[in-house]
Amino acid sequence: MKKLLLAMLLMPFLAAPMLASANEGVSLDKAPIDAADHESLQRGARTFVNYCLNCHSANYMRYNRLLEIGLTEKQIKDNLLLAGDKIGDQMKVAINKKDAAKWFGVAPPDLSVEVRARGADWVYTYMRSFYRDSTRTTGWNNTVFDKVGMPHVLYELQGEQELNHETHALKLVKPGKLSVEEYDALVGDLTNFMAYMAEPAKHQRNQLGWFVLLFLGVLLVLTYKLKKAYWKEIH
Amino acid sequence: MTDKNKSALSSALNDGLNWVDARFPLTSNVKAHLTEYYAPKNFNFWYFFGSLALLVLVLQILTGIFLTMHYKPDADLAFGSVEYIMRDVPWGWLIRYMHSTGASMFFVVVYLHMFRGIIYGSYRNPRELIWLFGVAIFLVLMGEAFFGYLLPWGQMSYWGAQVIVNLFSAIPFIGPDVSEWLRGDYLVSDATLNRFFAFHVIALPFVLVGLVVAHLIALHEVGSNNPDGVEIKKLRDKKTGFPLDGIPFHPYYTVKDLVGVSMFLIVFSAIIFFAPEMGGYFLEANNFVPADPLKTPAHIAPVWYFTPYYSILRAVPPILNSQFPGVAAMGLSVVAFALLPWLDKSPVKSIRYRGTLYKQWLVAFVISFLVLGYLGTVPSNVWGQFGAWMGGADRATVVARIFTVVYFLFFALMPWYTKKDKTKPVPERVTG
Repeated sequence: MKKLLLAMLLMPFLAAPMLASANEGVSLDKAPIDAADHESLQRGARTFVNYCLNCHSANYMRYNRLLEIGLTEKQIKDNLLLAGDKIGDQMKVAINKKDAAKWFGVAPPDLSVEVRARGADWVYTYMRSFYRDSTRTTGWNNTVFDKVGMPHVLYELQGEQELNHETHALKLVKPGKLSVEEYDALVGDLTNFMAYMAEPAKHQRNQLGWFVLLFLGVLLVLTYKLKKAYWKEIH
Repeated sequence: MTDKNKSALSSALNDGLNWVDARFPLTSNVKAHLTEYYAPKNFNFWYFFGSLALLVLVLQILTGIFLTMHYKPDADLAFGSVEYIMRDVPWGWLIRYMHSTGASMFFVVVYLHMFRGIIYGSYRNPRELIWLFGVAIFLVLMGEAFFGYLLPWGQMSYWGAQVIVNLFSAIPFIGPDVSEWLRGDYLVSDATLNRFFAFHVIALPFVLVGLVVAHLIALHEVGSNNPDGVEIKKLRDKKTGFPLDGIPFHPYYTVKDLVGVSMFLIVFSAIIFFAPEMGGYFLEANNFVPADPLKTPAHIAPVWYFTPYYSILRAVPPILNSQFPGVAAMGLSVVAFALLPWLDKSPVKSIRYRGTLYKQWLVAFVISFLVLGYLGTVPSNVWGQFGAWMGGADRATVVARIFTVVYFLFFALMPWYTKKDKTKPVPERVTG
């Protein structure tokens, strides 16, 4: 009886976790996330600032936070602070939201917490799934995000893909500056950076967690011994 | 320190205590509620959850104070201020995760605490009022959680609030006016956010703390129940007058509860430090998208602790084009707990001495609660549709309807099956 009740109480935690993304049915590739890989995060930051941060803001992220991933103040100022802002500033963009909505159909969303909203795998797959579609005003479509308003900003690097409408497979028809492997690595770094940006404290949180659990483990042993000592006389 | 100094110090402390006691009942209260409050000696792990609920309440209030220092209850600033807490406020992420995890863990411990009350018959005479205060605490806690969930101003916050406030529109005649009055606007807006903030940080915490005090006063008046459901006050030591099966709450249960606290903090910290989203159950992915009144999410689900009732709401079909029956059923599914002291006609309190009939109904109820809880988190087409023979109805909806009926039958038939149940003899004294 007791065991049965316990098993039933645990059931909801065993049930499949809810899907993190609103996008069901599309199979997503696993993003190479490693919050400890500073070089990957730095490369990702470069790609993000050069390609994304023209239309998309990251309003909750400050440039000087990048000191955390091993960049120096000078490196940030010289290479990433393109608009000459102060190093403590947030990653804002000059694009006018109303204009942007007119151009793309929808204003480009802020990307600070995009990975938390959609999941890293979604971002990683999305950035590699653009294909040529002449029916779209931008000339681009995406298998992960159908009728997306965003054109393929990285097409110079990836080249052009086409969609086989029968097999639903993407095929590179015009190679870009990068090989497929190089492009995947670039998007991997970008996704890694965006995952970091979505929750900069995450790495610290995970590391600290072990010390907290160790402390609480010791506390449990002590409180248990204390209880035993007090309860010796109770029968 | 010499013995002379020691005795001088202790007599000074004694004088100080006497001074206080002449003006405030300090010693007598410590005695009445701790050192001479006799609790049954046979509490098992189910009895941890009361003190844990108190711990979580304190944690929520403390972390809430610090969040309030940085949070901005303004539709334009709220989402950003939460991210500001997560990034720029020193240790802000820890405080925020403690609060968001604390909200879910509050319901975990309260549900386990309620379940303890059900299986050991803790709601029975003479503890009906303790139970009613407890149900009131549960209702206020639901309100507190609902108001608090709007504050991060994400998509789920916004549309969850929109859906729940709209439920009031289903009340005949006055419904639409009531929901407009609650929102302070025609749709959830800045005005709604401001009043929900006021409810969340001032109004309901006050009521909650007041009810918890009443819950404890009532408990200490009649004394705690125990896993055997026998009254320890019936058999007292002839000399001292203290219950034979009772032990002073302090130090015995204070040190025992410290073990419970340590175990709880391990689980609590594991979630905070390693899985604060808890796979989307504690923090939903969609809530990292700022609220957008023009963009309805494809799937709106309340947080897990509301989903059993939400399932019941969805399961009840509209009658005469009115959603009111569903809303009424949902309300009844929560309030039904308050009726337990009068529905239970069994001669015994504890599940240990009940028969199989009762146990079967309890298992059916727990299964219904969990299945309804799960179904409330997913869209109703999750399991596809039945064929034409069932009119192509959603499978999940049909299942939810069946379990909704079981859920209510647990309460409605309780007077019958608890009377008919073959119970075992209850011992004189607690069994350890």
